[in-house]
Amino acid sequence: MHPRFSRRSGLAAALAGPLALAACGRHTVDPPANVTQAQIDEAMDKPTELNFWTWVPGIEKEVELFHQAYPKVKVDVVNAGQGNPHYAKLRTALRAGNGAPDIAQLEYQMIQSFVITDDLLDLAPYGAKDIGDQFVEFAWSQVSGANGEVWAIPQDTGPMGMLYREDIFQAHGIDVPATWDDFAAAAAALRAADPEVYLTNFAPSQGAFFAAMLWQAGADPFGGSEGPDLNVDLTSPEAEKVARYWGDLSEQDLIAVDADFNDQWYQALNKGKYATWVAPAWAPTFLQSAAASTSGLWRVAPLPQWEAGQQVSSNWGGSTSAVMATTRNPIAAAVFAQFINTDPKSTATMANEQFLYPPAKAILDDPAFTGQQLEFYGGQEVNGLFAQIGESVHPDFQWAPFQDKVYADFTATVGTAVAEKTDAVAAMEAWQQRTEEYAKYQGFTVRRP
Amino acid sequence: MTDTRTLRQGTPRAFTARKIRRGRKALAGYMFVAPFMIVFLAMFALPLLYAAYFSLFREQLVGGNVFVGLENYTRAFGDEQLWTGIARVCLFFLIQVPIMLVAALAFALALDTGLTRLKRTTRLGIFVPYAVPGVIATLMWGFLYGPDFGPFAQLAEAVGLSAPDFLSKHLMLGSLANIVFWEFTGYNMVILYAALRSVSTDIYEAAAVDGAGQWRIAWSIKIPALKGALAVCMIFSIIGSLQLFNEPQLMQSLAPTVIDEAYTPNLYAYNLAFVGQEYNYAAAVSFVLGLVILAGSYAFMFATDRRSRR
Repeated sequence: MHPRFSRRSGLAAALAGPLALAACGRHTVDPPANVTQAQIDEAMDKPTELNFWTWVPGIEKEVELFHQAYPKVKVDVVNAGQGNPHYAKLRTALRAGNGAPDIAQLEYQMIQSFVITDDLLDLAPYGAKDIGDQFVEFAWSQVSGANGEVWAIPQDTGPMGMLYREDIFQAHGIDVPATWDDFAAAAAALRAADPEVYLTNFAPSQGAFFAAMLWQAGADPFGGSEGPDLNVDLTSPEAEKVARYWGDLSEQDLIAVDADFNDQWYQALNKGKYATWVAPAWAPTFLQSAAASTSGLWRVAPLPQWEAGQQVSSNWGGSTSAVMATTRNPIAAAVFAQFINTDPKSTATMANEQFLYPPAKAILDDPAFTGQQLEFYGGQEVNGLFAQIGESVHPDFQWAPFQDKVYADFTATVGTAVAEKTDAVAAMEAWQQRTEEYAKYQGFTVRRP
Repeated sequence: MTDTRTLRQGTPRAFTARKIRRGRKALAGYMFVAPFMIVFLAMFALPLLYAAYFSLFREQLVGGNVFVGLENYTRAFGDEQLWTGIARVCLFFLIQVPIMLVAALAFALALDTGLTRLKRTTRLGIFVPYAVPGVIATLMWGFLYGPDFGPFAQLAEAVGLSAPDFLSKHLMLGSLANIVFWEFTGYNMVILYAALRSVSTDIYEAAAVDGAGQWRIAWSIKIPALKGALAVCMIFSIIGSLQLFNEPQLMQSLAPTVIDEAYTPNLYAYNLAFVGQEYNYAAAVSFVLGLVILAGSYAFMFATDRRSRR
């Protein structure tokens, strides 16, 4: 062999070796059975730096409250993007074995996908097992593991309701729909009365909305899954009912099927293309800035029901604070995650200044929060209504350990079918198959109940 | 060989002195290339090697990491989604690049004749879109294409027509080609224009004396002189087209059912890695795409090389 060649490849191997090792062997915390108050006090009295990735604007206020309570622990806030870009960076840093934050914002549906890769620290031994009753049940059940683990602390939620344009409803003499049957009838009536307006928009890439619809209808596609044993049931009668409903509305051209959260959609909201937005508790604040020109025209009503007289809702969105298993300061990080989401001043700031819809019962029972009259909604007490809706959210709904992939497949199958007015129920079967195939490829044992 | 001769003729002392001097010279050379080589090795060669190594494994969410040899590559070669994407960017290349290069050539020739009065302003005007970041350009065009409230749609409505849906399945590739055309025509024009400036004016004068007009000069002198520069533009375009990513990725939020996860090969690799967490397979897909690009560029160079030799 040419001597120069061997020298060069030897160098490459020497350089690549540690790189490969770094990717495999990373430091993770072995959670102790219990952490005593003395240990916590000691850790919080030591100069420590924590890194916190979140996209909540203005969260520095809550961090400042934490700094006042624990002056020796310094928290750096990093905005690494919102949603998918945030998770992509987080996964990359966790895999690389360095650069990951101590604490990160995670949406509820993403918790399981970080649990399966052993990236989250169980917070139960750090005092979190005793704080569950401070939160609404459906939020706490989503952060809890099967064996009593606490994977994250709820930060905000999104119980589902319906935002509607009172002026459009009144102009055409349409009543606020209480059931999904009423809703379909209203869609047809409005379409006949004004061809420029749709009763609502079904965004074909909004898997999270569709998941909320499944949740309300009583479908729990991944319910009963545990670790490597995965249940996938996207074709249950309840799930097919939801697909058929939205598919039918689209086929008859009674709803719009525009992609959401882009400029086109914001303009449509401002110009009154949609008379309702079936949306969660964080939507009212969001709409105030996204459709500022329509102030005073909107109202909020409960989510339409499958059965008249029922009151069942579900949840779309909301986030938690989770501690990464790679942290060097598990106690301080765990205390921080709990502090910002349980300290009365911090939770009040989140609810009233960052407008995050709270999972903390104390705030939801506080008239100072529920009694706020929002001008954008004609003085309606929107928070109070959502607090009531929140009580009707069923606590049992389980997420896939790869929910982002499930959402991507939703867009490719059911979302596309609704948008293109093809068979949405058949697309549910395609969604099921894609999910099964992917799960098997990733090593899960798949069961279709 | 000078070295061996000095070795025979020179005294031992002179030899060592020369050797040291030569060593110093070599060292200086290494020092000069070091900044490049270090960055090149650390940021390019090493990650590439690591990705190649990585593509031979399969890490599952459940069950850990196993060595699978070339299994990821076999899967890639049979992956319909990947090859549909590659076919799509090839089609994109066939439509977009000829139009763009012809336009760039026309602009370069027009500027070079000096016919255009506001030469500097025109040149800058054509080049400015390239200075706009691709992300901004795509967002801007995304707004212009808007089917309900976009300016084209509004304009069409005002005159009682209905604008085509630029974001629909049938027009999307053309809409993307238009964005890329807008972004890169100026860039290619500058390359071509710079090459034209290096042609000696003597040749033009000689041609003028022989009675050649501007068209004849352009056809018989300038375009042949641009062969090398055009080849460079072509190679850049082959690579750029096959690696199409920014534009479709940003347009996805406007048309999520048209631009699917595997719309272009690069988008596919990105989604495999960051949505599906199939990092190993994503690495293999990237290498397959790299191979296709290499083959395309090489085939192009081979073809032009043979033709110029003939």
